[in-house]
This record gives sequence, structure tokens and C-alpha cells, in this order.
Amino acid sequence: MTIAGHFSYWITIFIAIAGLYIVIARGNLVKKLVGLSIFQTSVYLLYIAPGKLIGGTAPIIAQQFQLYSNPLPHVLILTAIVVGVATLALGLALVVRIKEAYGSIEEDEILEQDESLSSEPR
Amino acid sequence: MMAVVTVAIAVRRNLFAVVILGGIYSFLMATVLVALDAVDVAMTEASVGAGISTVLFLSALFLAKSEEMKPLHKPFLPLVVAVATGAVLAYGTLGLPAFSDPNAPIHQHVAPRYIQEGERETGVPNIVTAVLASYRGYDTLGETTVVFTAGVGVIALLRRLRQRTRGDKR
Repeated sequence: MTIAGHFSYWITIFIAIAGLYIVIARGNLVKKLVGLSIFQTSVYLLYIAPGKLIGGTAPIIAQQFQLYSNPLPHVLILTAIVVGVATLALGLALVVRIKEAYGSIEEDEILEQDESLSSEPR
Repeated sequence: MMAVVTVAIAVRRNLFAVVILGGIYSFLMATVLVALDAVDVAMTEASVGAGISTVLFLSALFLAKSEEMKPLHKPFLPLVVAVATGAVLAYGTLGLPAFSDPNAPIHQHVAPRYIQEGERETGVPNIVTAVLASYRGYDTLGETTVVFTAGVGVIALLRRLRQRTRGDKR
């Protein structure tokens, strides 16, 4: 094991924990979604980086190249990006609905309203 | 560079700035992906990640308020959880193959066959396209199903909203 050999993994892990931290620590729902998409990009890197071969080229067949990077993770991550933006749109639609229902997109204020509702006798 | 942008996203409280920084972050990620030979993925990330996602976030901010509240809790516990997770993951990488190792398992399975036979079997020189549309076509079908379901969900959520605001006006 060398430092250079595993550097790409550690970059990936740094991005992942940054995204995780934003999701856990921040109460704002839009900020949480930004953190979630940062977490997602770390997964892209986790898949793409091992497929790279130094001296290789993009996997498009041509006469003058012999060595190509692995095309399979590229395909999987293409699918993941498109699905990611679809789920992001759904999440933002939920945020807009929550904003309409509660007048706020802060987790603490929403919880407060929920608690005051449940403690009130009807 | 990317680390700086990521930390800036975590620290800034103006959501507008956060969303624009997210767009910058996506472009940087696309650059990294080009360096890793994943040109198709980089193009998708630049258009979808930096383009469509930013537009979606901005339209959501237009409907919601764009300033984040000062956090009530101390961010100490989440930091500990995140760093602990990172430490466990970093420990896990010790058993993984090194960067650009041609004998790594990822380069031994079906990928060499795609590269050697892909053009003859599908007639497409771009192997990513060949795998996406031909070898793993069912995956792409499932992907479109997911996108369709998400679109239906968004319409269902936002249509009630529009009906209610119309009802308020009356």
C-alpha cells in the first residue's frame, strides 16, 4: 500500500463525510438536499476512479489506442446521475409542499409546530 | 480546490450562495471525471449536475425562503459521527487495490470482453454507448421507469399546491 495508490479513495471519503456532515448537522431542508447531492458525487468518484488506467484513454475504440479505461462503471454512473436528478426533483417538490403546509423549511420549527399541535387538546 | 468549495458549502448560510457553489462544485467534479477518462459521465455531470440541478434548486428557492436559520444545536456530535464514519471507511480502503492497478478485479471481469468484442457485436465504437443501450439495455429501461415515477410524483405534489393557491384567491 502506498499513499499515492490510495489517494483517490481518501478524496472520495473526504467528500462523503462532508456531505454526511451537512445532511446531519444542518436543519434547513434545502441545505440537506445539497449535502445529499455532494454525498452522491462522492459515490460517482468511488466508482469511476478504480476504472482509470494510467496511460489509457476514454473507452472509444480507435486504431491508434490499445489501452482503454473500464467502461462499465461509466455506464453505471450515467444511470446514477440521471436517477439522482430525478430523486432530487422529487425531494425539492416535497420541500415546497412542506413550506406551503408549515410556512418554514427549518427542521426545528417544523418539529416545534408538530409538538404544539399534538399537545393541544382538540 | 474541491475541498475548499465543499467546506464553503457547509459553512455558508445564504442558500442562494450555497446553490451557486453547488454548481461550481459540479463543474469541478466534471473536470475531475474528464481527467479520469470518463468523458460521457463528465458531460452528463456538467449538464445535469451543474445545469438542471441548479435550476431545480433555484426554482425551489424562489418558492421557499433563501436564508438559513442559525443552527440551534452545537454541530459537535454530527462532526464526530461523520469523522468516525470516515475513519472506518479509510480503514476499509487499506484492503482495496491501488489506483490504476491493471490486475485489480474491476479490470478482470466483463470489461475486457466489452472492449474487445463491443465494436464487432454492436457496431458502436463508443463502448459506453454500446453497454448502455445494448448489453445493459434493461438497466436503462429501469432507469427511465424511475425517472417517470419521480416525474409523476413531482406533478402529484405540485398540482395540489396550485389548486390550493387558486382556492385561496377565490
